[in-house]
Amino acid sequence: MAAGIPGSERTRLATAGARAATVDSLKHQPRGDVWKGNVFFAILLFGLTIALVGLAAIIIQAAVKGAPAFGWNLLTNGPSTLNPDEAGFRPALVGTLYLILGVIFLVVPLGIGAALYLEEYADGTRWWNRMIELNVQNLAGVPSIIYGILGLAFIVRGPLDLGFILVAGSLTLALLVLPTVILASREAIRAVPPSIREGSLALGATQWQTIRRQVLPAAIPGVVTGVILAISRAIGETAPLLLVGAATFVTFNPTFIGDNGYSALPVLIFNYAARPQDEFRVLASAGVILMLIVLLTMNSFAVWLRNRYEQQW
Amino acid sequence: MTENEPKEKMTSPPEPSQEKGLSRQITVSADQAEAGTDVWAKDKVFEVNDVTVSYADKAAVKGVTMDIYQNEVTALIGPSGCGKTTLLRCLNRMNDLVSSARVDGEILYHGHDLYGPKVDPVQVRKMIGMVFQKPNPFPKSVYDNVAFGPRVLGMENIEERVENALKGAALWDEVKDRLKDNAYGMSGGQQQRLCIARTMAVDPEVILMDEPCSALDPISTGKIEDLMAELKEQFSIVIVTHNMQQAARVSDKTAFLIVELDATEENRWGQLVEYDETEKIFTNPTDQRTEDYVTGKVG
Repeated sequence: MAAGIPGSERTRLATAGARAATVDSLKHQPRGDVWKGNVFFAILLFGLTIALVGLAAIIIQAAVKGAPAFGWNLLTNGPSTLNPDEAGFRPALVGTLYLILGVIFLVVPLGIGAALYLEEYADGTRWWNRMIELNVQNLAGVPSIIYGILGLAFIVRGPLDLGFILVAGSLTLALLVLPTVILASREAIRAVPPSIREGSLALGATQWQTIRRQVLPAAIPGVVTGVILAISRAIGETAPLLLVGAATFVTFNPTFIGDNGYSALPVLIFNYAARPQDEFRVLASAGVILMLIVLLTMNSFAVWLRNRYEQQW
Repeated sequence: MTENEPKEKMTSPPEPSQEKGLSRQITVSADQAEAGTDVWAKDKVFEVNDVTVSYADKAAVKGVTMDIYQNEVTALIGPSGCGKTTLLRCLNRMNDLVSSARVDGEILYHGHDLYGPKVDPVQVRKMIGMVFQKPNPFPKSVYDNVAFGPRVLGMENIEERVENALKGAALWDEVKDRLKDNAYGMSGGQQQRLCIARTMAVDPEVILMDEPCSALDPISTGKIEDLMAELKEQFSIVIVTHNMQQAARVSDKTAFLIVELDATEENRWGQLVEYDETEKIFTNPTDQRTEDYVTGKVG
């Protein structure tokens, strides 16, 4: 070491050397890295553009094709094979709304309850709890037609024997989207820091009091996200509904509880789209836009609800 | 006011005692007798008898025997990993939350077995509160934070309790105009005092503090240490701290724990070395290991 140089001089040399080395390294940024960074960014933008353009193309095409059919008729009239100009989606719309309502009533308590059990009460080392977890994760990816067959076998016929009614359709759809809600709720409950739970328990609160007053309120945004995902999937599922008896052509408004038939938007759109006359194709496109509007309205409400209870940790 | 207190408790940097003989020890106890108060005859809050805590069959702390007395601040000091926090959490059954934890031995709370078969941990925690290392206010308003405990416990006069608790935690003047604001908007020191207020609001008998100031700046630390001196008139306090000077400043009695290794050096556990009045621990400890630790030779 430079023992002969006085301390202050040593410091000056050291800082000068460090400064020079840093300036040098900043000037000589390898050209290759900058170039690679730009290309990567371009690829990302390109992918995003494709996705957005594709989505926009579908929506715009449907809107343009369905434009002639837009009007109050769409909402107030029933379907008609004879008069496509006056045909509408009213029964299907009511059917879809009732179906979704039923799904929400079923999946929200069941989904949150299952998630709470898995996160708060279940002993993770027991094999049956691990099996439940594994099953829930797998069920989220099962094709929807299988749920249709399940509904037909167990809900419409079989043990429950409800027949081809709206409640059966709701139950089937609820089963379909329940795993999604459970998974999303679990994530939301897990996101609540353990320190909050400990703080609550240390005050002498019971586990249920802690869950009800600390964990659940904080987990609401995540749970609502899960419900949004569930509704979005349920609203568009046609295959299982066809199997459990959503008749394609229903002229009367379905009732929530009752044993007359029912229909749903995607099913009626499918019906219209399959007809040869061009006017019905127009109606089908209009129906697609209608379905998107219904979906967006529900999601917007859910997003508003989520933002209201959003919690920053 | 508080500037003088540290100097009172720790008169001078502890010198390596040349004469560790009996004579010096006798001198100390003679002083004590003159003072007229026998600090070992007060009411006991906890009696810890040969307690061993293990996580998944690996002992974290072994064979601790000590008594904790009423209306005192008892400090647990020692190097990292010696089981101070583990021991503290046993006192209000917070280790029940860890499924792999097992407590052997006996802990008596006013003569009742804390781990008896009919004892409800929820009831235990109503009487023995805890303040954690990192301030953990609830994501609610200041008022709701302090009112949470009384509300879930079904207490009355919530507003009065909140005000008294905040005053007792020396926080009232700072927050009385912003009781409805979110607790997360406060500084770290204020949040920790809020956590203390929250614990006080349910009227416990004991407050356990797990390194309450380690995440705070010196000024907030000083405020909380002042608070402890006032709180011990109402509560009994057990504090775990890494900071020896803090233990010397605030506590009446101090327990010193160390980490023991077994022959294979694979298993480590904590062990109680010495438990005595704070002044004695820091000026004239009985055990050489205590002496080494408080003088900074090890740990």
